[in-house]
Amino acid sequence: MSTTRDDRGSAPNVGYRQIGRPLTRTDAPGKVTGRTLYAGDYSMPGMLHVKIVRADLASARLVRIDVSRARALAGVECILTGADLPDRTAATDIPGQTGRKRLNTDQQILVKERIRYFGEPLALIAAQSRDIAEQAAELVEFDLEPLPGVYDPEEALKPGAPLVSGSGDNVVAEYRIRKGDVDAGFGAADVVVERTYRTPFQEHAFLEPEVGLAWIDENEVVNIRVSTQVIEHFRTIAEAIGVPHNKVRILGALVGGGFGGKEDMTVEIYLALLAQRTRRPVRLEYSREDSFVGHGKRHPFKLTYRTGVTRDGRITALRISAIADSGAYVFLSPYVLLYCAVASPGPYRIDNLDFHGRAVATNNMYTSAFRGFGGMQACAAYEQQMDEVAKVIGMDRIEFRRRNFLRTGESISTGFVPPSAIWTEECVDRAWAALGEPTRVAYPLKIGRGVAAYLQSYGRLTFLHDTSEAWVGVEMDGTVVVRSGVTDIGAGQASALGQIAAEVLGVTLDNVVIYNSDSAVTPLAGTTTATRALYMTGNAAKLAAEAVRKRLAAGAAQELGVAADQVDFGDNRVFVVHEPARSMAMIDLVRACAARGIHRSELAIFRAPFSDPLDPQTGQGQAHPDYVFGAQAVEVAVDVETGEVTVLRSVAAHDVGQCVNRAAVEGQIEGGTQNGQGFALSEEMLYHEGRLLTPSFSEYLMPTSMDMPKVQSIILESRSGVGPFGAKGIGEPALTPVAPAIANAVADAIGVRVFELPMTPERVVRAIQEMERQI
Amino acid sequence: MVQEKQVTLSVNGRSRTGRFPAHRTLLEALRELGHTEVKCGCEKGDCGACAVLVDGKAVDSCLTLVWTAEGRAITTVVGLGNAQSPHPLQKAFAESGAAQCGYCIPGMVIAAKSLLDRNPDPGEEDVRIALSGNLCRCTGYTKIFEAVSTAAAALREEGGVR
Repeated sequence: MSTTRDDRGSAPNVGYRQIGRPLTRTDAPGKVTGRTLYAGDYSMPGMLHVKIVRADLASARLVRIDVSRARALAGVECILTGADLPDRTAATDIPGQTGRKRLNTDQQILVKERIRYFGEPLALIAAQSRDIAEQAAELVEFDLEPLPGVYDPEEALKPGAPLVSGSGDNVVAEYRIRKGDVDAGFGAADVVVERTYRTPFQEHAFLEPEVGLAWIDENEVVNIRVSTQVIEHFRTIAEAIGVPHNKVRILGALVGGGFGGKEDMTVEIYLALLAQRTRRPVRLEYSREDSFVGHGKRHPFKLTYRTGVTRDGRITALRISAIADSGAYVFLSPYVLLYCAVASPGPYRIDNLDFHGRAVATNNMYTSAFRGFGGMQACAAYEQQMDEVAKVIGMDRIEFRRRNFLRTGESISTGFVPPSAIWTEECVDRAWAALGEPTRVAYPLKIGRGVAAYLQSYGRLTFLHDTSEAWVGVEMDGTVVVRSGVTDIGAGQASALGQIAAEVLGVTLDNVVIYNSDSAVTPLAGTTTATRALYMTGNAAKLAAEAVRKRLAAGAAQELGVAADQVDFGDNRVFVVHEPARSMAMIDLVRACAARGIHRSELAIFRAPFSDPLDPQTGQGQAHPDYVFGAQAVEVAVDVETGEVTVLRSVAAHDVGQCVNRAAVEGQIEGGTQNGQGFALSEEMLYHEGRLLTPSFSEYLMPTSMDMPKVQSIILESRSGVGPFGAKGIGEPALTPVAPAIANAVADAIGVRVFELPMTPERVVRAIQEMERQI
Repeated sequence: MVQEKQVTLSVNGRSRTGRFPAHRTLLEALRELGHTEVKCGCEKGDCGACAVLVDGKAVDSCLTLVWTAEGRAITTVVGLGNAQSPHPLQKAFAESGAAQCGYCIPGMVIAAKSLLDRNPDPGEEDVRIALSGNLCRCTGYTKIFEAVSTAAAALREEGGVR
């Protein structure tokens, strides 16, 4: 792929019929008319309702639990406690086909004795109605003996700190990246700048709380209809409840928001256990408070950056220390830390790099996947650091970045050269220019502007040997069916597969139906996580559709009396290239092919690049298939009296490789901007000794319609990605640069940096007061 | 024993009857009656996913007890239109990509309908205020604002309220 300067950001005419257009997604009509059934909208005859009894201390020993009064309540059908599950544990699986040994993450399903976080489940109650289940929960008696807990990862690292898992130390993962000679690099520096940045917990806050319905069918298969990003947890569930893998079936549904929060299992194991015990359908829907205390959060990070730089703005060395709060259980912490490590220097050429990161267990809520997955926390630090360094050496912020940007063909932190174009500079310039003239304001408002660039992976870690499958077939009337296990969490993952099949087979999108997210009947496609769905499953769908097209083209060539390479497909017809009048309708072609016994479907598998793990000493090697590059620019107004920050303009510029659905890409960018803005300014999970003090939307404040500017998206298409048609991915990248852009804008406005997110009015005012005291 | 009573509701122009205890919310009752298009997001009136029109005004059905809704005209998003004959709001939400995960959309469309019934030509600030009780986590609201404006224009062109 040529990436000469002239064609950057422009769109060569490639003549797609479906790809790149802002088509109405296949899932949209059902959603806007209320006809879409989500997992919580299903019910079954004789269905029981489940309530979870949770611990109300974060570090304690379960001394006694007595469910006899609850069990005696009329309408209570089953109660399970840890004592009923002596041998049962659940792991954080690495769904997929890797054969790699999974992380040492097995954990209790219900508390046996030791409580490690506030809200850890003590008992499951299944009753004839939700009212009865809730009444029964009130009747469960338990005594907890408080134990010393640890709620700060730095405290947890000190000798003598309480051990969360009970043995060893509290370090659950540790990574290093060593590249070049950092000491020599600092020796060559004119200036060394060291700063520490803190990022907070974040709640996914999908609007649809966790929910599922399980039943055992006539084949003794445990069926679970559940809101999930990962139907392939069926293996872990089977192992946890002691049945073969082929006796658990996960049926997804359109998911009411995921953002990584439905990547780990949520209600599945509880439902499977209760369905096994009761032999009846069981339904569990989390309350919003359950959701707040019942699933893993974004990892808080403390990131210290020490940058060596010359007076002319060349970075000579970078030393990074990262500490992540893993909370009470491991979950995906090692991977989140690894993503942070790989992304830690950002989209810059850093020849001398030393990263040392640890994920540390505490008795806080456990932390796991969240859109951005360690990469966004790194960006929050490296992009604030770039502004801090520029300020110290007295250089324009963008010029300083420009002197250090990675360019296409250069290697990232792990020594890996991304196969695609690196258009960071174009994205920064375009986003910054789009801010236009500064807004005029009067005291007490002050205007500030900020920009942040990033790199973010798409596709899973390559040492996991990721694969994805899709099936494409043509029905006898010329309509098209796509089958793939991919879950659709709201970004249009399923519709995109339809667009790809439609493009290849020359039909319109309304002639395509997509069946997805059923572990029994749709080919396994892997997870909808890691910005991988379009890349992996899109490629699989394209391979499948191309195989079908090739066979149909051979049939069409015979029908039309030309060579197969003279045949093209479009608008539900097949025709001779340069002679479109010589054509036949798809329906006639398919019938003719069927009469000759031509195979009209294909099951395809796409394999990501497979690599070895990174070198454990140096962190060098390939971590991901490829990376996305882009930037966010914002303008804010800060009220210097109240500390309130208003985002006036927000412009995102991303090289997405190739849009499949332009409206969906814009939607990801706009929504990612919102999530990042909340992370930067208002979303704060307050904990006291592990107890969440903000378990509702009236206390945990996400941006509302009053808070969001209209987001401007600048979409660049290098067509250089490793996804279908040169696509990259946008799910996570859309969020990554938002918070540091806002942080840089706030610092620009008030002349001092708030080193801890979120930049609440209190923190902003405190920073201003601190600065004024020092003057 | 929990006291129950028979309640007859008018939902999307049809009479629906059920037996409900005094503490049953309109949200729970509607869902029990099969109106799964009314979504449960928080049960505290924080998110707006459960919004329905009661006598033409958008209310959070999770904060409304079903006993108090007897005899009042309730409209859910299903009552506005369907895939074959969508309401201009539904058409605009679909075509502008305003629905991502879609879970907030039934409440969002109802809040927008309530606005356009009062104010057929709302400015951007009017739209923002009208939707401020409806949380969305996917879209950043940008395309939702566009959809409401598009629908408002379409309705004005039609010259009438639907």
